[in-house]
Amino acid sequence: MTEPIIQMKNIEKHFGSVIALAGVSVDVYPGECHCLLGDNGAGKSTFIKTMSGVHQPTHGEIYFEGKPLHFADPRDAISAGIATVHQHLAMIPLMSVSRNFFMGNEPIKKIGPMNFFDHDYANRVTMEEMRKMGINLRGPDQAVGTLSGGERQTVAIARAVHFGAKVLILDEPTSALGVRQTANVLATIDKVRKQGIAVVFITHNVRHALAVGDQFTVLNRGKTLGTAKRGEITPDELQDLMAGGQEMAQLEGSLGGTV
Amino acid sequence: MSDATTSGVDERIKQQSRLRRALIRPELGGICGTIIVFLLFLLFASDSGMFAAQGIMNWSIVSAQFMIIAVGACLLMIAGEFDLSVGSMIGFAGMMIAVFGVVLAWPMWIAILITFALCLALGALNGWIVIKTGLPSFIVTLAFLFILRGFTIYIPQTIERKTIIGGIRDAAEGDWLAPFFGAKIGQPIFQWLGDIGVIETFQRGTRAGQPVIEGIPMLVVWALLLIIVGHLLLTRTRFGNWIFASGGDAEAARNSGVPVNKVKISMFMFTAFCATVFAVCQVMEFGSAGADRGLLKEFEAIIAVVIGGALLTGGYGSVIGAALGALIFGVVQQGLFFAGVESSLFRVFLGLILLGAVILNTYIRRIITGER
Repeated sequence: MTEPIIQMKNIEKHFGSVIALAGVSVDVYPGECHCLLGDNGAGKSTFIKTMSGVHQPTHGEIYFEGKPLHFADPRDAISAGIATVHQHLAMIPLMSVSRNFFMGNEPIKKIGPMNFFDHDYANRVTMEEMRKMGINLRGPDQAVGTLSGGERQTVAIARAVHFGAKVLILDEPTSALGVRQTANVLATIDKVRKQGIAVVFITHNVRHALAVGDQFTVLNRGKTLGTAKRGEITPDELQDLMAGGQEMAQLEGSLGGTV
Repeated sequence: MSDATTSGVDERIKQQSRLRRALIRPELGGICGTIIVFLLFLLFASDSGMFAAQGIMNWSIVSAQFMIIAVGACLLMIAGEFDLSVGSMIGFAGMMIAVFGVVLAWPMWIAILITFALCLALGALNGWIVIKTGLPSFIVTLAFLFILRGFTIYIPQTIERKTIIGGIRDAAEGDWLAPFFGAKIGQPIFQWLGDIGVIETFQRGTRAGQPVIEGIPMLVVWALLLIIVGHLLLTRTRFGNWIFASGGDAEAARNSGVPVNKVKISMFMFTAFCATVFAVCQVMEFGSAGADRGLLKEFEAIIAVVIGGALLTGGYGSVIGAALGALIFGVVQQGLFFAGVESSLFRVFLGLILLGAVILNTYIRRIITGER
């Protein structure tokens, strides 16, 4: 098996007297989709924020491509190749797709002493990348606001991939989407994985996780209950792990197994 | 799906006609407004001299004044902030020129440069307070509206015991920098146009034989320059993309590595710069600085920007649109005077145009951006 691209070893994170993470270890491999599951408050967000440089771990070590690593801020993580696509706040609806795509990384064309935004290049690349992801734009100047939620996630993912992400962290990309749009985003994750990029997929939907995941880690109350490979675990087991076993079994019973 | 992917065509996307594509742009409200206003005045005031050389120069100068402050207000509004202190800044900057150049009798170019530095610093302070406190810029700059106006009245009263300081034209005599704001250009061209009879010449008096228009005031040159620079900056540069991003969603922009605070503060400074340009041109033209100069200009600038298609909440707009908004404003204000209409009706007319343009703009913006 290949080396993990990112290793999180015994990560602890304390916020004052609150222990958000109590020793979580996860290995993420290139070309794999690692699903991070957990109920609300399980510590998923804190964990990925540690991975993307927003938080510094209280204890524990992060190895990136085999070397120990300390991110001072998210910019460090981004330049190392760890990109995060947030559920919200990823795109600006009023701006065109190509302006959004290159936001913060605008291509420059020199005309005399002046630097200009290279719109031709930006438009061409945007159309190309969108077509690769299976989204047909009316034009690169189409506003992001006219896209559906799933398409917006796809633009954000395509953007991260284009700018050289080696690890792509997706923070609940499917939680607010309909069935069809969810399928599109899951298909995008599959495409990205096949390009050799490591995907960390955060979700609390077991079905979405099972659809694309290669490995599954469940967080519960700041602790990990271990990592399972694809085929080693059933949907029911995952669901139980997430919700913390017994209580959920009782609840499910009363709901007739519909959850 | 795979079919659509390979052929690059999606059956759900209708081809838009070229006409529709050409029409659907943020400036459409401003363009329609401009056409309507010009048609109306051509119909009802064509014999009033409004479209003779002198008349054109008259409303061009008034429009240019609006344009200078509208460009600043437009870029700032797209960056997601307001500046209500523009009018007070105009009065303050003019008064500072008078204090430095006349009362203290410093060379005019030093007075102008120091005034620019002072006003840019005040603009930066506005922006800094907005960024640091997270308060709405509406409130912060409203405070500066009063603070600056207060100083503009207090300073001349304390040192000169009056609210108007004159003598600026004499003080600017022979200065190298002052003509960049107060001079007129193209005199030989207008003399020639007068000689061949294209524009009228004075028939009597000391200036007999001279054309009725001396030249184009630097105010108009500044207006055009600011529009061109502002438009290129916004649409053709990396910084322009950051302006849109900062106003569209500051948090998303920050996540993408856009220096939002820097963008916003520099736009506050640019607005202050435009206000100072306006003020310097004005005091050079009048030869005096008054404590009441620039009153209500902040609202006129914002109205011009909104007629031009910008979104009050930021992230969307056009400098060309704002310039057209300013043109509408100037033409209506002066045109009603030419047409002999009761001047109080100016506000009625302006209100109707504002409402009409904004309704049209909202409709267009929804089509473009998919807002609901």
